[in-house]
Amino acid sequence: MIMKEDAAELYRQREKRVNDAIALRVPDRIPVVVLFSFFSARYAGVSLKEVMYEPEKLMEAQLKTLREFQPDMDQNPYGTRFLGPILETLDFKLLRWPGHGLGPNVPYQFVEGEYMKPEEYDHFLSDPSDFMMRRYWPRVCGSLMGLEKLGAIHNIITYYMGFPFGFAPFSLPEVVEALEAIKKAGQESLKIATWSRKYTEKAKEEGFPMQVGAFTQAPFDTLGDFFRGTKGLMLDMYRRPDQVVKACEKLLPFMFEIALGATKASGNPRVFIPLHKGLDGFMSLEQFKRFYWPTLRGLMVSLINEGCNPCPFWEGNCFSRLPIIKDIPAGKACYAFEATDMVKAKEILEDTVCIRGNVPLSLLIAGSLEDVRVYCKKLIDVCGRGGGFIMDSATGLDDAKPENVKAMFEFTREYGVY
Amino acid sequence: MEALMNDKLVKLMADLMEKETIALVRELAKEGTDPKEILDAARSAMELVGKRFEKEEYFIPDLVMAGEIMKGISEIVKPLLKKGESDIKKGKVLIGTVAGDIHDIGKDIVTFMLDVSGYDVLDLGIDVPARTFVEKTREFQPRVVGLSGFLTLAFDSMKKTVVALEEAGLRDRVKVMIGGGQIDDEVRKYVRADAFGKDAVAAVNLCRQWIGG
Repeated sequence: MIMKEDAAELYRQREKRVNDAIALRVPDRIPVVVLFSFFSARYAGVSLKEVMYEPEKLMEAQLKTLREFQPDMDQNPYGTRFLGPILETLDFKLLRWPGHGLGPNVPYQFVEGEYMKPEEYDHFLSDPSDFMMRRYWPRVCGSLMGLEKLGAIHNIITYYMGFPFGFAPFSLPEVVEALEAIKKAGQESLKIATWSRKYTEKAKEEGFPMQVGAFTQAPFDTLGDFFRGTKGLMLDMYRRPDQVVKACEKLLPFMFEIALGATKASGNPRVFIPLHKGLDGFMSLEQFKRFYWPTLRGLMVSLINEGCNPCPFWEGNCFSRLPIIKDIPAGKACYAFEATDMVKAKEILEDTVCIRGNVPLSLLIAGSLEDVRVYCKKLIDVCGRGGGFIMDSATGLDDAKPENVKAMFEFTREYGVY
Repeated sequence: MEALMNDKLVKLMADLMEKETIALVRELAKEGTDPKEILDAARSAMELVGKRFEKEEYFIPDLVMAGEIMKGISEIVKPLLKKGESDIKKGKVLIGTVAGDIHDIGKDIVTFMLDVSGYDVLDLGIDVPARTFVEKTREFQPRVVGLSGFLTLAFDSMKKTVVALEEAGLRDRVKVMIGGGQIDDEVRKYVRADAFGKDAVAAVNLCRQWIGG
């Protein structure tokens, strides 16, 4: 157990190390962080199901992993792992998770669908909250099906417009049931928030800052992931392009609000933005420029203007996007890359944005320790030049071999000193 | 004249002009054009789409859009085909997402591309156990088995599937190709697959190489 003062000093050093890298200053050494994902559960010998349902076990597993790997920053796992009870309560359809449609040791997986039909764009655009409450929620949450029976809230205005008849649907048994589920979800939500706060405090006591204090998405991804589905949205780009652009613009302030609210509540300005559908191959450069980038850039610039650091995770290969995504204020953001050529990324983004990531999971699972070191050395030699680089795996660790992950951490701590 | 009409159809479809393509197909069908000829033109258009994809002029949304147009054409034309006319296939491919993984978008695109390229594809769906791959390989007798997986856990499921095929004495009869999010040559070696493909067109090319057509 480390002393309190030492922990505080470590915390300060780590925070500075990462912030220096983001600000394109040269830190004392290259920071090394990862998204542990379900790795911590496996490492601590508990089932994935257990960490999704039992907050104490999640706490133990994550802290054990933290202590033994000593990353420069951690990711609070509560908002993305302790989800079993709330998702059960809502009978959520977009995910299957360990203990609910999947075996106890299989990581949760997304079930995509077309939860907004193409002809519903107009409803969404004119009143997104109404669309979500009465159409979207009932489709994605079995327990909220009753809300379909409600009329539009914006019609319930006063004693002679709305009040006399407008509240009647709220007494229907299926609506009452849905409201009960919402109440229960509220209680579960509060539990997640409480544990999450407790975790951040606990990690701080041991000297670990959190990588991010908020989570948001690119508007295009939100539209595709949750409402239209990948295939639906791909076809929309041909069949109803103007509505796609309008829907992304509609979502932009929401994506901003979600992030800003959480950074204020957590006091942590870094915002994680996992990106799903804008990578090379998933759309043409022209489509990227028209449908994807404008609202993502808008989101990041608005956040930067509020003093935040957007930390998007560019999944897949984004090589062709590099010159375009360079167009943001310098020294404020951190771009994590999965499979983008890091030499090119460094070359193009060097004076604008800190880069991170790229150690392939195939190496961390199936490679030798030496393979891992060789790969990390190459990254440090090229991307470490002049600061602005954070070592990380290409994506969440999940099934990585602990000894390979240790090799990545230890090598970076030794070789990555400036 | 007819050849010109078909050229127009190929061009419209390859340029992904959905409304115009479908309108032309309806017109051709009404005029009594041989439905097989329309389908052949549509297949030529799909080949062009595949080539543009390889040249990185087209991307996944373009494949998906082309697939939708193909579906639209088939709906109009297939009822007009004489029995047996549409059934000539180049060879059999068995495909599925391996155990533990429920992702299907990539696999579905591969299945569709193989299908329109003239292969007889049996898609086993998602979360397919190794033993099912073995059973179906025995029954369906494919020339190629395609294993799909997005998650890293798929590496082990793929490996188990290949081992199960070996143990059942079926491994020498099929070529195994793998694909999905994290798949690279490192994984191919680990899994002991014959090849990995980074996209749907790569899968079609592998089948062409192994089966012909």
